[in-house]
Amino acid sequence: MRKVGVIGAGMTIFRRRLQETGKEMCFEATRMALDSAGLSIGDVDMVVNGTAPDAFDGVHMKGEYLLDGCGGYRKPYTRVFTGGGTGVFSTIAGWWHVASGLADVVLVVNEEKMSSCQPHPQSVFAHIWDPILDRPLKPNLVWIFAMEMNRYMTVYGIKKEDIARVAVKNKRNAVGHPCAQLADANITVDDVLKSEVMAWPVQRLDISPPSDGASAVVLASDDFIRRRRIKDRAWISGVGWCIDSTMWTDRDLVFPEYVARAAKMAYGMAKVRDPRREIDFAEPYDPFDYKELHHLEGLLLAKKGEAPTLTREGVTQRDGDLPVCPSGGLMGVGNPIAATMGMKIGELFWQLTGQAGKRQIPHEVRTGVSQAWGDLMQYGCVVVMRA
Amino acid sequence: MRVGIIGVGLTAFRPSTPEYSWKELMFEAASRAYADAGVDPRADVGSFVTCAEDYYEGFGIFDEFVPDQLGAALRPTCTVSGDGLQGLANAFMQIQTGLIEVAVVEAHSKISDVLTPIGIIEHGLDPIWNKPLGFHPYVVAGLEAAAYLRATHTPTKALDAVVSKTRRNALRNPIAAYGAAVDMDHVAASEARFEPLRSLDISGPADGAVVLVLASDRAARRLHANPVWIRGVGWASDSPSLETRDWAGATYARLAAGMAYRLAKVRRPSSEIDVAEVDDRFSYKELQHLEALGLAKSGEAGKAALRGAYAADGRLPVNISGGSLGCGNVFEATGLHRAAEVALQLRGDAGSRQIDGAKVGVAQAWRFVPSATGAVAVLGAGP
Amino acid sequence: MTARVAKWPGVELSAADLLEGKVTQTRFRPDAKYAWSAGEAISRFLEELQAGRLIARTCHRCERILFPPRMFCEECFRPTDAWTYIRDTGTIETYSVSYLDTDAKRISEPILVGVVSLDGASPKMGMMHYFGEMTKDEIRIGMRVRAVWRPAEERKGSVLDIRYFRPLREGER
Repeated sequence: MRKVGVIGAGMTIFRRRLQETGKEMCFEATRMALDSAGLSIGDVDMVVNGTAPDAFDGVHMKGEYLLDGCGGYRKPYTRVFTGGGTGVFSTIAGWWHVASGLADVVLVVNEEKMSSCQPHPQSVFAHIWDPILDRPLKPNLVWIFAMEMNRYMTVYGIKKEDIARVAVKNKRNAVGHPCAQLADANITVDDVLKSEVMAWPVQRLDISPPSDGASAVVLASDDFIRRRRIKDRAWISGVGWCIDSTMWTDRDLVFPEYVARAAKMAYGMAKVRDPRREIDFAEPYDPFDYKELHHLEGLLLAKKGEAPTLTREGVTQRDGDLPVCPSGGLMGVGNPIAATMGMKIGELFWQLTGQAGKRQIPHEVRTGVSQAWGDLMQYGCVVVMRA
Repeated sequence: MRVGIIGVGLTAFRPSTPEYSWKELMFEAASRAYADAGVDPRADVGSFVTCAEDYYEGFGIFDEFVPDQLGAALRPTCTVSGDGLQGLANAFMQIQTGLIEVAVVEAHSKISDVLTPIGIIEHGLDPIWNKPLGFHPYVVAGLEAAAYLRATHTPTKALDAVVSKTRRNALRNPIAAYGAAVDMDHVAASEARFEPLRSLDISGPADGAVVLVLASDRAARRLHANPVWIRGVGWASDSPSLETRDWAGATYARLAAGMAYRLAKVRRPSSEIDVAEVDDRFSYKELQHLEALGLAKSGEAGKAALRGAYAADGRLPVNISGGSLGCGNVFEATGLHRAAEVALQLRGDAGSRQIDGAKVGVAQAWRFVPSATGAVAVLGAGP
Repeated sequence: MTARVAKWPGVELSAADLLEGKVTQTRFRPDAKYAWSAGEAISRFLEELQAGRLIARTCHRCERILFPPRMFCEECFRPTDAWTYIRDTGTIETYSVSYLDTDAKRISEPILVGVVSLDGASPKMGMMHYFGEMTKDEIRIGMRVRAVWRPAEERKGSVLDIRYFRPLREGER
């Protein structure tokens, strides 16, 4: 198995609407990632694209549509798609392109242009449900989060203010992020608790809203990194991915077993035996504030039902013992689904190479984990990276 | 490390399958593939890859609806939004890393669930440059057919020969949906559709599912399997925009074949390949792809087709399965179907279609209108 | 790198920029219509709903009663074995009080929606549905409920043949 490193990253700003087309956003993120790695498109052997429902951008086979913006012209180019999991999964796919020996340098480009979808990107989510069992009930996407959050809160007796602390932490962390859509240095737990109720227990400030954006990372083999004397690199030392059954109404939603299985696969490969001691910081997927807690438990970084305690005690603050979402996460930077790779893989790279600027974790970090989540509350994928 | 195909499973291809849900169709193909490989998906398989596009399925995130019917619940599973051969290439790479020993690739079509398939294909056109023109998406194939025939001086009659040969081949394939004793005259007399294409130049839609089980050489030995080796894979894309692509030469297929041949150490494909399954969802594509794959010189494929060189008893049997013209257009399953056919031929399990002594075969597919993307796999018989 | 980059790419637009025509847009409504084959298991399930009954499939290997019914067991990866009726009573596993409709539009009268695990199926096996005859203050996880069916002549073979689940009354089982 060849060793694979991340050697560059780039992203656009995340906003409700960007003027750039999807192709143009991909181009900007790609160019930035290549510039940061000191490479040109001629150095790239293959391209992996990650992007979520076609209906956002409003193009069937949108991987094909985006491919020239991603640098895929006349190259081997593949799109992978695992719902919200795509934000981390595309890097796993990029990893196997290099680790297999088929490529030396792979570009991974993720994109989402949700503003193209009218009247509201939410309409797309009506089509993620089973057409016969669920869709006649006219479900809204927020319902599944609300149902999962309610079960998590009820089983463990978790209070809403303990969950709101995650939103506050991440929106404050995002103040240092140049691409952030939702940074707020002055937000309080009270603001979250007083925000509009959307689908109880989910309130407006519990959610990261839709946005436009793109991100890109460059992966390379250790041979290439040595040959080109590339200094800024972080190694991918573990990958894992897992899907649970489609029948979500048959599953207990309290614990994300699929995340735990993906984490164990990644930890096994990275030889991480005691994740709580060996992982220095984490970028779990946080489209909703409670998901960060849920995922910390799935990642085996907190015991079941105890992630809120870690948050309350400040352990997950940027200067805490286990910084979580130092980027500001989806809650603070924004949620252009697949493009959140910029805060998951991109942030791990920037933190591990000391390039995170105002967001840099004040103490030395050597091992980070990022994770994304998707489909109908059933997909987990995990990447462990080391300095 | 060598990677082999140790299990092949196919359902019948049919213009519609109202008795089955897409899940039940996938379950049938998967069950056949696992039985063929002698594996238990719950115990022996390390990774599952499905190849699907949301708009063909009618879902926002089709990946959700994949695991149960493949035995993939709580297992590493993913969707490649591409042709089945791109899925095969990804599973091949997973095994090459050493992380995965046995991987499953699935692709299917349930196009009969789509009431407006042409509307969906049209939705793949560029939203700013092309959609406002409001043309039927198969016009893209008509334009390409015209460019190819003109650039290579290929007579339209060569297309008649392709259709007649391939539809007849399908009569020997029990899974084919469109096998028929079509003569060249029938093709020539069929209704004009997208000049120079006529109705019989266009493959009809079909439902069907294909599953292949892949294994490393070590796992194949452990499972007492008799693998067909994947000697090389390749995939590539030309420009997605209609305004800037190569219309005549199927550059995507040439690049993908170059990669696959390099990995497979095939230097002279026209003399080293014994059997070929190439994408023929429009008749001219068979000839264009044979040239792009280096199996015929530019401008020679049409003449060879008229001489019968691509018939079952010809110099290079092409689309013995019945191709897409004879088996039906199964969309993203097209390439995987072709890989399955080549694997069966190399194993000697192709029934009445069996070609004698085939040792090396190539499978190729394109991602259909309006893409300029395709993939290639070179397979070799054991040991 | 993030510290070294002065200008991050992207030009933000406001809603007004679109409404006032400051940027050019093209519009397209895809012609995308579907009619999914329900398949063997779900077809029977829908027929039984029309008859006012809930039906499941059993797997003889893992001994689970699978609901909603399916022709294969995802745990054992084998065909399921037999049909069995289950009851139309159950337990609320989780719920939400939604002030959003399907297009994220705000609504004043909230929708009570959640997952009901059904009696007679294996533990936790159930369906998503609405709740009625209870207020948002009364609904709770663990509450026992029963299906309220539409009149037979209005049923169409859809999950909407059940109008909602209501609280189980005292003495009812």
